[in-house]
Amino acid sequence: MPEWKPEILRRLVPLKLAPAREAEIAEEVAQHLEDRYQELLSSGQTENDSFRTALEELQGEDLLARGIKPVVRNLYSEPIVPGKDGGNFLSSIGQDIRYAFRMLAKSPAFAAIAILTLALGIGANTALFSVVNGVLLNPLPYPHPSQLVALYGKAPGYDQAPVSYPNFLDWQRDTHSFSSIALYHNEDYNFTGTGEAERVSGYMISADFFETLGVKPILGRTFRADDDQVGAAPVAILGGGFWGRRFGSSPDIIGKSINLNGTSYTIVGVIPSSFSFYGHDRDVYTPIGQWNDPSFRDRGIVFSSGMVGRLKAGMTLSQAKADMEGITRNLASAYPEADKGMSAALVSMKEDIVGNVQPFLLVLLVAVGFLLLIACANVANLLLARSMGRSREFAIRAALGASHRRVIRQLLTESILLAGLGGALGLLFAFWGTKAVLGTLPDALPRASEVSLDFRVLLFTLSVSLFAGILFGLAPALKTSRVNLQEILKEGGRGSSGARHRLQGIFVAVEVAMALVLLVGAGLMIRSLAALWRVNPGFNPSHAITFSLSLPASPTTSSAETRARLRAFDDKMLSIPGVEAVSVTLGSRPMQHSSSEAFWIEGRPKPANLNEMNQAMFYLAESGFERAMGITLKRGRFISPQDDEHSPVVIVIDDVFARTYFPHENPIGKRIHLATFNVQAEIVGVAGHVKQWGLGADEKSAIEAQFYYPFMQLPDHIMRLAATGVAVVLRTKGDPAAVTGPVRKAVEEIDPREVIYNVQTMDEVVSNSFAARRFSMILLSVFAALALVLACVGIYGVISYLVGQRTHEIGVRVALGAQRGDILQLVLGHGAKMAFAGVVIGAAAALGLTRLMASQLFGVTAHDPLTFAGVAALLMLVAIAACYIPARRAMRVDPMVALRYE
Amino acid sequence: MDRTASALAVEWKKGSAELLILSLVETRPRHGYEISKLIEQRSGGAVRFHVASLYPLLYRLERRGWLHGRWVEKSGQRRRRYYRLTPQGRRILASQLRGWRQFVHGINRITRRTTETENA
Repeated sequence: MPEWKPEILRRLVPLKLAPAREAEIAEEVAQHLEDRYQELLSSGQTENDSFRTALEELQGEDLLARGIKPVVRNLYSEPIVPGKDGGNFLSSIGQDIRYAFRMLAKSPAFAAIAILTLALGIGANTALFSVVNGVLLNPLPYPHPSQLVALYGKAPGYDQAPVSYPNFLDWQRDTHSFSSIALYHNEDYNFTGTGEAERVSGYMISADFFETLGVKPILGRTFRADDDQVGAAPVAILGGGFWGRRFGSSPDIIGKSINLNGTSYTIVGVIPSSFSFYGHDRDVYTPIGQWNDPSFRDRGIVFSSGMVGRLKAGMTLSQAKADMEGITRNLASAYPEADKGMSAALVSMKEDIVGNVQPFLLVLLVAVGFLLLIACANVANLLLARSMGRSREFAIRAALGASHRRVIRQLLTESILLAGLGGALGLLFAFWGTKAVLGTLPDALPRASEVSLDFRVLLFTLSVSLFAGILFGLAPALKTSRVNLQEILKEGGRGSSGARHRLQGIFVAVEVAMALVLLVGAGLMIRSLAALWRVNPGFNPSHAITFSLSLPASPTTSSAETRARLRAFDDKMLSIPGVEAVSVTLGSRPMQHSSSEAFWIEGRPKPANLNEMNQAMFYLAESGFERAMGITLKRGRFISPQDDEHSPVVIVIDDVFARTYFPHENPIGKRIHLATFNVQAEIVGVAGHVKQWGLGADEKSAIEAQFYYPFMQLPDHIMRLAATGVAVVLRTKGDPAAVTGPVRKAVEEIDPREVIYNVQTMDEVVSNSFAARRFSMILLSVFAALALVLACVGIYGVISYLVGQRTHEIGVRVALGAQRGDILQLVLGHGAKMAFAGVVIGAAAALGLTRLMASQLFGVTAHDPLTFAGVAALLMLVAIAACYIPARRAMRVDPMVALRYE
Repeated sequence: MDRTASALAVEWKKGSAELLILSLVETRPRHGYEISKLIEQRSGGAVRFHVASLYPLLYRLERRGWLHGRWVEKSGQRRRRYYRLTPQGRRILASQLRGWRQFVHGINRITRRTTETENA
């Protein structure tokens, strides 16, 4: 019989068909030629003639291929014989992926659980990484951001204090390490004249503020040195947002005038609306050098302000520190009265912005990493359990010639596919999760607006998914591929699987251990928060609100006018039903803003200069302050309405002040001299201490002594600062939110130019003071809860799988007389053993890891035995509960059914 | 068969090959060689398909989903690939036949009238 196939195959070569399809066509066509050949033979032709005639059917060399080409290309694919090497690398990868999809589609429940578990793990990681990326990793949005440095003064009691204007000018002039240093001071303005009056946010800045940051105006120019001086023509730069909002982004704004606090400013430039500085943009910028308040130019008086500098190229932070140290030393010897003991504190601007959230975020990143590991362990367990059912499949593949390596690759493809699908879903979770978390707690994080799912986050998710896929896929794949062929084929699937059970047990123990670490972390944070809530802040935040009030004023407004206006305001407020007490103040309010004053005690030696004087924090208060803030009076009396501009100056000190400066005497009746107020005051009362720096703040590092000064007794040079606006504290009978409407209305009735803004309840102020801790606690709790659920599912899965595998054994036991209780004990004991091992490992790990979060804890140590014991007990309990359902199933095993197949 | 008839057969074969194959497998599945033999026999040798054109055509019809090929092993024989008409192929065949009949009818009416006129 002639060989047709070589003739045919030769003609098919150019088509590069998949081998199986090629063989199929060759077989079919060969059969045709053979039929023709036989027919010709039987009609009497010779073998040679028959052969030649039959071969003519192929009609030359290329007709067959040309005919088939448009039809068969891309149509047929190699039937998959998984594990068998063949074709090129890429085609076999494609094959693996197709096969993996088919395997997942075959067990949708398994696939769904695995993908969901991974999506939770990867989603949580992606969400947190996107936060870390936006806050910690992304550079600040300025050119050469690593050169930007925040500069502070360092004085006894203050690690990072503002610097007086004359000192700033000297720093700026004498520095060799900075190419420029700029000063900024927060100053809000009443914007009037064009349309509705508005309170606008602003910065007073030194001329080279924008040059230092490397920000260019989109219109006009920034300030020049000659703008930045007393007596220069008032000029302003607009923020891009304000320009768009109030001026419709009109390009001919340059040269026009706007009215701020009654003064006309010429607009010289517009800053891009994308500009943001410490998380905020401003409506207007004015030159700080035009500020002609004498106290501003007093070296001894410090206004709240900030400084930012740009290092010269190649200069390091430590070189700059050395440079500034020299400058401050010189200033201290030149102006001992104001500058003695004063030095500079330098910190990179990025660290200044995000420094205090870095430890929180890193702890959370570790926590969320654990969550992913738990998810991986869970999926690995699922795969292991599933691989039991597939051992015959792998044995058959191996018997068909699949290599060990090839089978592992196939299994890894399946797990990476799972991880990829989990990652895609996780990305979706992350998108929603990040939004939800940042939406609920926007104040907790600096740079929150810069958090987004960018390219780096996507890359992270991709790598995490890949890593997870290999991590949870490798162990089961290695285990599975090393099957004993004969045994499995012989036993029909119920193979010896002791090693696999051990591996599952280890996975469960690891899951429990990691869940314990997370639970301990969350537990410690919850206990810290609870401890914080129990701290007495020294005032009563409930039913108290605070807001800012801007007043219409001109440069000629006198102190008497301001006092009269504020008294009218008080009366109006008290006439509102539901308002119990009211007091105006300036700046300082509990946990919000602080001002301090140097003083000396009459009858004791007067210190030589300001820096050698003691410092105390002060609140400006009217008689209503005590009730409005809920301050407790310990001795003497509080400020009364009679403590006005006509009567001798009095103050009320707090008990820390009393303890520190009058440890063994009664402070009432003592007199102190206030340095910058330049007044003598008599102490008339002692009040309880207010936790100014937050409930959990370390009190040793900051100024703690406090006093209350009667607002109406402010010396004229300070009362001038109150002319344009004050802060107000107010106590209400009922819901504070219900009062804000009437308050606004009443303010408008007094004078439509008066505006209230920044309304906050004191409860909000208190809870914002530990927003970062709360953020951390909420996330840790969510992660811990997820970890607990995943660990439970893991234990439940393994135990119910083992029960399923051991049904036969349990049946035998029952048949031999084991009681139900024995079976229950057997199963629960198995689960408890795994959980206990996990708890022991986890406790050891937690002891080491909770130290990382020691700085975030309050009122509880990182090794708090109660938390550890409670969490361990909870975890054991939950683990045993998870074992109970399969254990009950085991108890109900009917020996007849279990043994029927023997 | 004269030369004109043979040239015409080539042209018509192109247009009607699908129809021929579909109608041959209408009643029962057939393998490729059987199909080619039947075409040759029933056309009295006027139409013949060689391997190089028959199989591409079969594959094309299969790809379109009009035919379904299946390997069948009958006892004592080597296995062969049998093609049967799919439901879709059945619909296509019906519509092609309808079109063919209308065409033939049209041709007939024209040629009959011409013959009649000439005769008259």
